[in-house]
Amino acid sequence: MSLHVSELEVHYRTLRGDVRALDGMSFELGDGEILGLVGESGCGKSTLGKALIRMDGRMRHVGGRVVLDGRELPIADDRAMNDFRFKEVSLIPQYAMSALNPTRKIRKMVGELLRSRGAALDVAELERRMDQVGLPREVLDRYPIELSGGMKQRMVMVISTLLDPSLLIADEVTSALDVSTQKAVARALLGFRDSGYVKSMIFVTHDIALTHHIADTIMVMYAGRLAEKAPADVLVKAPRHPYTRLLIDALPEVGVRYAERRLEGIAGSPPSLLDPPPGCRFRDRCPLAGDECAEQPPVAEVAPGHYVACWKA
Amino acid sequence: MMLRLDHVTKVFRIGAFGGRTVTAVADVSFDVVPGEVVSLIGESGSGKSTIGRMILGLNPATSGTITFDGRPARSGKEYYRHVQGIFQDPFSSFNPVFKADRVFAMIKESYRPDVPAREWDERVRAALRDVRLNPDQVLGKYPHQLSGGQLQRLLIARALLLDIKLLVADEITSMLDASTRIDVLNLLAELKTRGLGVLYITHDLSLGNYLAERTIVLRKGTVVEMGPTGEVFGGPLHPYTRELLSAVPRLHQEWTDAEAVETCLYHERGASGGLLEAGPGHFVACARLTTC
Repeated sequence: MSLHVSELEVHYRTLRGDVRALDGMSFELGDGEILGLVGESGCGKSTLGKALIRMDGRMRHVGGRVVLDGRELPIADDRAMNDFRFKEVSLIPQYAMSALNPTRKIRKMVGELLRSRGAALDVAELERRMDQVGLPREVLDRYPIELSGGMKQRMVMVISTLLDPSLLIADEVTSALDVSTQKAVARALLGFRDSGYVKSMIFVTHDIALTHHIADTIMVMYAGRLAEKAPADVLVKAPRHPYTRLLIDALPEVGVRYAERRLEGIAGSPPSLLDPPPGCRFRDRCPLAGDECAEQPPVAEVAPGHYVACWKA
Repeated sequence: MMLRLDHVTKVFRIGAFGGRTVTAVADVSFDVVPGEVVSLIGESGSGKSTIGRMILGLNPATSGTITFDGRPARSGKEYYRHVQGIFQDPFSSFNPVFKADRVFAMIKESYRPDVPAREWDERVRAALRDVRLNPDQVLGKYPHQLSGGQLQRLLIARALLLDIKLLVADEITSMLDASTRIDVLNLLAELKTRGLGVLYITHDLSLGNYLAERTIVLRKGTVVEMGPTGEVFGGPLHPYTRELLSAVPRLHQEWTDAEAVETCLYHERGASGGLLEAGPGHFVACARLTTC
């Protein structure tokens, strides 16, 4: 197992109190595994990604441990994390489009970045990786403004994995891209894993269909907690948690027409995490909810590798 | 025929002194009839939003004509009574210092000063119920207190208070969660049955497919294929449409690569020869089709 997260709790400090963005998340990630992380906005998926690499000033580590390759990640200590960032844990940010320094040509920027981390620039290796994601060599001598969105995205991907990190967090990397670019970027990510540039990956997205194509395991989060985690095929074909089922049912696919099959959204909205209600957090929107749901359901392993937090599953 | 675009072209001047030009939309013609959803599909830079903005009168067309009910479309109060637009980002569509009821009051001031206040209030509530919002929950709230789905529905309700015949919906569900965007789509489908024409602009093929009677696929400002949605999605003729469809991630199917086309003019710059009618109402711009 390359990553162990146990009982991780991260809160956001606000004027009105702590927002419990992550409330006891536990999961594992194997070597060479791509974990797709899905959920609605505000369910804590980006927070989880951020907690593993850098907590911003508003975030507070309340409890829980993160162990990567047998070493504990000091996620609460911003300084100590510097030894791990980029080398062990790396990130492709949500807005990779604006992550490149606009005043430097790409070649210079990459060189400066590596020097700041005490590594030398291996141009041959860089170019080999650029070939792999389909970027022409000329890109190195251009400014970011001269690249298209998809090219910038792929450039950032190459840069963030240059030091062969053990864990890569890809946060909504394809959300702003067109379908054909999206496919190219998703395949490039798979290629990185297969070539061993990254050992394991957390792919954060809200698109279940896309995740299904690249992830080995899919984890669904709801209101700061794990709802369901299972191998990708199992989760899509035989989901056990009512939230996962509703989420998949609400997915319009090519071939589904309003006139023939009417899809339904999920009524209501997730609870406020400022003062979350006791018990199952999906209770208010759940069609199956009953009396036992007033108590928080534990995460149970219903089949090998298939974890569900629901009394009814 | 309600809205008709005839050979519409839009050329933008770019560069420091407008020295260079970019053709965003080139020779596009189509129409929208009442009670129909037409989806306009294309990647970024295909000109789909520019077409929407031209229909709304926000940008003038460089050449060609846009007519609405036989009269040229031009911005102005009379036109906006019948044609309204909704855009991608609901959070920036509202003035953050106005509560929701103020937004509706402004509609009354500009368009319906003759309606008595009490009746207007009833109409606002009816329009909100039409878009599945509870009036008591949203009126009196600031935009930041409402969710994206609620805001987007408020905008639709606002449009419904006018004698709206055509709605230009530009990526209205892109910023919404999977759990709420389908509600907004269902709402559009319902309004359609009441005779509203909708131009649904999107880059998401599955959403366009769900809703629309007709689909127009744009590439670099030109129409590459248009026709009944079932035929465009079920039997795409243009290689570009095929490629787009094969790139859509689907739940129970592996990604496939569209079969390669040996020589194709679409790689260069669309097809210039105009559209061929491949079936009833199904048009395609593929130079190869004439020879094969």
